[in-house]
Amino acid sequence: MHVIVVGLSHKTAPVEIREKLAVPESRLREALSRLCSYPGVREGLLLSTCNRVEVYAVVEELETGYGRVQEFLADTHLSLSSEHLTPHLYWHAGDRAIGHLFRVASSLDSMIVGESQILGQIKDAFEVALTHKASGLLLNKIVKKAISVAKRVRTETKISETAVSVSYAAVELAKKIFSNLTEKTVLLIGAGEMAKLAARHLIANGVRQVRITTRNFQHGLELAQRFNGTAVPFEDYKAELAEADIVLVSTGASHYLVTADDVQRAMRQRMSRPMFLIDISVPRNIDPAVRPIDDAFLFDIDDLHMRVEQNREDRLREAAKAEQMVVEEVAVLGQWLQSLEVTPTIVALRSRADELKRREVDKILARLAHLSSEDRAAVEALASAIVNKMVHGTMVTLKAEARSSSGAAYVDAARRFFNLEETPAVYPPGQVDVSELPDENIAGNGVGHLPEASLVQHTSKEQGRRVS
Amino acid sequence: MSSVFFMLTMGLYFVSTVCYLAYLLRRAETLSKVSLGITAVGFATHTVALVARMTDTGQAQLPTFHEALSFFSWMLILVFLAVEFRRQLHVLGSFIVPLALVSLVTAAAFRSDEASSLQPVFKTLWVHVTLSMLGTVGFAVAFVAGVMYLIQDGLLKSKRFNVLYAKLPALDYLDHLNQQSIVMGFPLLTLGIISGAFSAEIVRGTYVNWNPEQTWAMVTWGFYFAVLVGRLTIGWRAKRAAYLTIIGFAGVILTLIGVVLKSHGSVS
Repeated sequence: MHVIVVGLSHKTAPVEIREKLAVPESRLREALSRLCSYPGVREGLLLSTCNRVEVYAVVEELETGYGRVQEFLADTHLSLSSEHLTPHLYWHAGDRAIGHLFRVASSLDSMIVGESQILGQIKDAFEVALTHKASGLLLNKIVKKAISVAKRVRTETKISETAVSVSYAAVELAKKIFSNLTEKTVLLIGAGEMAKLAARHLIANGVRQVRITTRNFQHGLELAQRFNGTAVPFEDYKAELAEADIVLVSTGASHYLVTADDVQRAMRQRMSRPMFLIDISVPRNIDPAVRPIDDAFLFDIDDLHMRVEQNREDRLREAAKAEQMVVEEVAVLGQWLQSLEVTPTIVALRSRADELKRREVDKILARLAHLSSEDRAAVEALASAIVNKMVHGTMVTLKAEARSSSGAAYVDAARRFFNLEETPAVYPPGQVDVSELPDENIAGNGVGHLPEASLVQHTSKEQGRRVS
Repeated sequence: MSSVFFMLTMGLYFVSTVCYLAYLLRRAETLSKVSLGITAVGFATHTVALVARMTDTGQAQLPTFHEALSFFSWMLILVFLAVEFRRQLHVLGSFIVPLALVSLVTAAAFRSDEASSLQPVFKTLWVHVTLSMLGTVGFAVAFVAGVMYLIQDGLLKSKRFNVLYAKLPALDYLDHLNQQSIVMGFPLLTLGIISGAFSAEIVRGTYVNWNPEQTWAMVTWGFYFAVLVGRLTIGWRAKRAAYLTIIGFAGVILTLIGVVLKSHGSVS
């Protein structure tokens, strides 16, 4: 069994391809059941966002599994063919597939590193896969782990802490001037998109007083209603300056609407209470001569961009820490996956049974010292017979189910029933075949093949085709 | 015993100062926790040292410059711990702890273990020293807030969004801290000066004799009075207030130096 991911993202495919592959929510269910209907595909999860389309699946055979999933992707849109898609796709299996999901969930692979939307999208995709029973034992565990890894990354690094949009950078700066935005008044001069967005962020951060002035008073009134603020006639905006703690300017005017004199006058009336001026217009609407005025802090679009750029760099630094966490977590999950291999489980079960038998036989023989050697042999034979009969059924079932869709669940159950959790695999998986094990006590040794490769093994194909 | 704890405190504050200064330059937040821990332990040993000093001599002795500065340093850390506890303002430690260390080292230079007999007059002298020092703590915090304000103001104006920018709090909080410190410190200093005048009257028969350090003290008092009134009436806040409190604290230091030069140990 192999965990694989096949997909494409903003890093490998242009939007023209992504939009074709994207599966709308209404068709997710149908797509999932189509995916799981391919032979050899045991579990599936479909992650479709505007920046990526990825299929996570548990497949029986690696090569054919990759082929099936690729086929599935090509079939999602009529105009797409496999050849068309191949240059944009990436393939990962085992640890790499799991690591990829962890990185995606932690927003390390996002267009804006550290954005938080992707985690919600993964949760939604998982929800759909769960309700349609496309996700089973393996994917459930992996996706849940991915969600917890993402949360760990968010709390233990500063990856999502800083503003990476110009409009939000304005809020971040405002918070370095005013510790509490609740009592502050915002004056919006003009209503460019970015200014409106910034105003919305400020309101979300506590600002209650919003005053809006636009050349078209009617438009101002509409906006005022939307922001729960007051509209001010455009002619009066200079008089409003003294009352405004935060001034957001974005108009199409080609000259300075706010001059140094205006600000100086306002500052006198404000008795030196600080004022934060943001000029998002190009050409600029606030005279740069405002900058040297005490207690007035002017930031233009370039300043905000610079702030955003710095924050991006900070995020990338934090991302390096997060990558390390992902590596650790993949290793932890890898151990669990390895334990689901049939061969080591049977070996562990066998040795656990032998160990139990040995202990009990030694105990009883120590007490029955008077027994003859034949009697001792008989006691031992009795113990062996009981123990072997006890574990026999389990072993046969494990072998028989090894290739079935619920094989991993049986292995998991067996490990729990016989308390094999702590027992490390005696042989490295993939090196030992059950047929080589001491088997004389197991009747009816008619078992199918065991999975030949470990879940965490990578094939040359994957290495060759991987798109980084 | 007092001197052992005193030296221990100095060592701890030294380590904590180094940590807090390193914290200013580093992105990691863990250093602030280490520094805070060391400072808290230092505060505890300092408390023991102060109490031991009081009891060592059997009864309260003549307040010396050593006592005054040691107490000043202790109060400064107490105020810092209180602000840190309420606001988690780690970066404040990077400014206050070094100041506390400097005053403690200065105190060490003036330490003498000869116990002098306590005349009744020194009881009022104790009141005078304690109140004046409490007032001075207020001005010291205002000074620190002013320095932090000017740094943050400069960083915002020059658009240098560095580690320090990230660690310093909002400008208006620093301005608020500045105001609160003066509002608390000024009445205490006023009471300190009044009690000083009373003890002078007991010793010398006159309330004020206008010697240089008394004159300096009155000038300082008048200066802070103006700062306070200016803030409350005509808006001397923000950057201007920051500058004024820095100048004012320089005046306080000069007064203290004057006191030391004159009395070489005992405060009068």
